[in-house]
Amino acid sequence: MSAGSPSQAPPDLALRLRGVTARLGGREVLRDVDLDVPRGGRLGIVGVNGAGKTTLLRVLAGVLHPGAGDVLIADAAGRLEDSHDVSTRERARRLAYVPQEEVVAAELLVGEMVALGRVPRARPWSRGGTAEREVVLASLAAVGLADRVDDPCDQLSGGERRRAVLARGLAQQCPVMLLDEPTNHLDVSWQLRLLEVLAERAETLVATIHDLDLALRFFDVVAVVGWPDPDRRGAGPAGLVAVGRPEDVLSAPNVAAHFGVGSTQVAHPHLDQSHLLIHARKDLS
Amino acid sequence: MSHGKRTRTARPRRRLPFWPLVLVLAAAGLASIVVSLAFGSEAIPVGEVVSAVTDRLAGREPGRWDVIVWELRLPRALLAFIVGAGLAVAGAGMQTLVRNPLADPYLLGISSGASVGATAVITMGVLGALGIYAISVGALLGALVAALLVWLVATAQGGLTPLRLVLSGVVLSSGLSAIASFLVFLSDDPRAANSVMFWMLGSVGGATWEKLVIPAVVVAVATVAMVAIHRWMDALAAGPETASALGVSVGGLRTTLFVGLAVLVGVLVAVSGGIGFVGLIVPHAARLVVGAQHRVVLPVAALGGGLFLLWVDVVARLAVRPQEIPLGVVTGVVGAPLFLLLMGRGRYEFGGGR
Repeated sequence: MSAGSPSQAPPDLALRLRGVTARLGGREVLRDVDLDVPRGGRLGIVGVNGAGKTTLLRVLAGVLHPGAGDVLIADAAGRLEDSHDVSTRERARRLAYVPQEEVVAAELLVGEMVALGRVPRARPWSRGGTAEREVVLASLAAVGLADRVDDPCDQLSGGERRRAVLARGLAQQCPVMLLDEPTNHLDVSWQLRLLEVLAERAETLVATIHDLDLALRFFDVVAVVGWPDPDRRGAGPAGLVAVGRPEDVLSAPNVAAHFGVGSTQVAHPHLDQSHLLIHARKDLS
Repeated sequence: MSHGKRTRTARPRRRLPFWPLVLVLAAAGLASIVVSLAFGSEAIPVGEVVSAVTDRLAGREPGRWDVIVWELRLPRALLAFIVGAGLAVAGAGMQTLVRNPLADPYLLGISSGASVGATAVITMGVLGALGIYAISVGALLGALVAALLVWLVATAQGGLTPLRLVLSGVVLSSGLSAIASFLVFLSDDPRAANSVMFWMLGSVGGATWEKLVIPAVVVAVATVAMVAIHRWMDALAAGPETASALGVSVGGLRTTLFVGLAVLVGVLVAVSGGIGFVGLIVPHAARLVVGAQHRVVLPVAALGGGLFLLWVDVVARLAVRPQEIPLGVVTGVVGAPLFLLLMGRGRYEFGGGR
């Protein structure tokens, strides 16, 4: 699956960006981004710090309005609609976006915080009933925090808080989940488990991720945010420099060009999966 | 923050159950309103007070205390309760709007604007045609102009974001306070400074039944409206990005809150001057006892704020009889230690203690 092929019949998509330009505080961060997010797929967004992964995710989530270009969101039937025609509330029923760092109100209980995920589907004056409580408990159980539902949020550790916030995203019960660095603060076992848990529950999963090895193994499609000319990194707006199957996109030359490190894909000796070994680039040392 | 110090068995902060607490506060409020009528320069036995009120309610012949109780003290007690409730609700709303624990209802320059209006009335006699309502109208106009200024400044710079609101509010507040001081300075009436100071520190002394209507309606509408969108308020308190991801139209909600709060606080300042501290501490106290969800915070803050200001007014009437202390003085003196005590009880961290 490749970006930017409008002539083909549109495949089954969850989200589509066409010619998107994004600005932050007057500075152009992303220019001319075309991206198709396949329905039912897992898309990983990688790139160096400051390339604009989060910005891209925020545009996809509709939290940041693009300076130019179109954002198309699929409705329940799979028809793509311009994001301007989709209300904020309706959008939040299709897309669950979980930002990276979030300050959690200390005076909220974990269950109350997760219940915020029901806001798009509840009337603003309604009280959470038993049905809501069940969704909250199920979401917390999925991230292994069901027993903490009545604890204050500030009694959670960093990793637990991260999982609790992701549980709020699960409670939104959207077909599409957009996650900014979901694996941050998580221990190794949860890094793997959590992505699987999330992918099971959301039809389509889009996540930014730092761990290229994890990106190689977990995602169906990987998109690299970076600069067309890797030697002039940070000069001007970034864009999508590669989109495709993880093993193609995370090839040694690509990783060297866009991340500045050497890498080798190796097969796991016992399991049927590839791993990415990263080492310092010899010509730079 | 205490990362890592977490213990699974840590005693959960004791929260009080919502409905019993609301019922107790409401009952205490009603009882307090009646009992407070006994206090004043003329001490009236509680039994007499009760019969004066019940006589009226039952439509019987007014007794000997009727004028003092029904015409003077009851409107005053009710106004104190309404203003306290309104300030507490406004404080809770403002703290959510700007996501800042130090926010109080007067953050948007509203009290300074009101003081310019009131000072202009007191020292220069503008709006003299309005008679006893001149100060109130002047203050209301000043408050709304100040809010409009803050809104214009913040919007011109890119939107009603919390930081911009706080900064333009604080800066405009000091500017407007300077103007009010200048008006006092210009005045050749030596009592003007005194009247202005008394007005600034707040009083519900001038309450009449007619004066009650507007604040009562505004406070009730504002409280009900905020409770009616309590889920959106919760989402907004979690941050603009999160709120937007949860389907809340952040810009629209902020504008609505801003306008609503400006009108609410403007009306409160107009009838009672600038009573400080209630709007700052009562919302925090409410969060401490029932948690941070607006569904429970707003009603508890409203009843608690009303109850608090009612008794503050009693203290203000009694402490140095026959003089009356401005309410702002009492709220500060009583409120500061009370709040520190509450804060010490639970490890309270508004918004994560960032």
